[in-house]
Amino acid sequence: MGQIFPRNANLLMRLSIFAGLLLAVELTLILGVYFRSNYFRQINVAIEQPVPYSHQLHAGVLGIDCRYCHISVDKSSFANLPATEVCMTCHSQIKSNSPKLAVVRESYATGKPVEWLRVHRVPDFVYFNHSIHINKGIGCSNCHGQINTMAVVWQTQPLYMGWCLNCHRNPEKYIRPRDQVFNMDYVQPANQLQVGADLVKQYGVNKAQLTNCSICHR
Amino acid sequence: MQTLRSRRLATFARLARYGWIGLMAMLLAACHTDMYSQPKFKTYEPSSFFADGRSSRPNVPGAVVAGQVQTDTYLYTGLVNGQLGTVMPFPVTADLLARGQQQFTIYCSVCHGVAGFGQSVVAERASIVPANFHQQRLRDAPIAHFFNIITNGVYRSDPVKGGYQSMFSYASRITPQDRWAIASYIRALQLSQNATVDDVPPAERAQLGR
Repeated sequence: MGQIFPRNANLLMRLSIFAGLLLAVELTLILGVYFRSNYFRQINVAIEQPVPYSHQLHAGVLGIDCRYCHISVDKSSFANLPATEVCMTCHSQIKSNSPKLAVVRESYATGKPVEWLRVHRVPDFVYFNHSIHINKGIGCSNCHGQINTMAVVWQTQPLYMGWCLNCHRNPEKYIRPRDQVFNMDYVQPANQLQVGADLVKQYGVNKAQLTNCSICHR
Repeated sequence: MQTLRSRRLATFARLARYGWIGLMAMLLAACHTDMYSQPKFKTYEPSSFFADGRSSRPNVPGAVVAGQVQTDTYLYTGLVNGQLGTVMPFPVTADLLARGQQQFTIYCSVCHGVAGFGQSVVAERASIVPANFHQQRLRDAPIAHFFNIITNGVYRSDPVKGGYQSMFSYASRITPQDRWAIASYIRALQLSQNATVDDVPPAERAQLGR
């Protein structure tokens, strides 16, 4: 029986060993680098909205409290987007003819909602509740970054389970006094661990149950 | 004749040759997202079912939200026989004033200023003059006046423009209890600008730094 493969097929065989190694490296890179990259997690990707609303101007320069628009953040699981009426509270008199606000005026006149785009999203099997975090001393900027400096909002944290658990395992690393929750420029004190441990106790945060599955998955 | 050993080897070889197909199929099958995006509506999600494309539905007219039956008319309207009331519907405590201060700072100070003089960064940018709480008219106003304004807003008739709403209603944003808390805090602000040393209890006077 004659040879099926010519002699130089041995070279291909040897090359395929290296190719196999290369594939292993590629797979590691894809799994370890790409899926962990900011690009894949949509971190630092500014989302353009239908209305060029600037948090930097409203929350930063004018110093309007988060709760002026996001009324339900400390009462409900969901931090509401403001109704068009809330925008028009001021903008019926301020910049009332600005072309940038045409979408808002149209919404107010017709009752058709402004179609804001979601920036922060978690999977449907996550039951995140804003109010409990706000009321137990987790600040807005802990998860959202310094929104008061963003003209267009982007996500600053991965919002992955490992990231959530990082705080659920050690809340004392991030907890702050309740009156500082809405302070966007809050800086942790040098003795955060000590202050944090006191606050965890004072606010009745039950560390033992924070990592229960059903805390976040119902 | 095939030995048991060689038969086993042959089985293994077949497994190695075709096994990866099953493995890939399992891997691909794992790429489903039906838990990630479940067939349910989370807040503000769009819906193709309703004509207006919203999954959040407006209240049915006449519906009363559980726990929001407005039986205490004075608490919800601030009116006694059509006249603005002069008393609070519930006792004023230090906690209530603190709550009033917090709510005032969030919602009112944006225009009226933190001290209530009607001066603020926002008001400066607009052609509006928010009310100064320290003017005599408002110092004499019954406390329900403030509750009423927060609830209904201010409508100004202007002969040229045909009238406009200079202050929107905050009824959808501030609960009735908090509106009363704000009203009592405004009273405290008014007092703060017209108080003398004699109004301060002797025990607290040292804190004034005099």
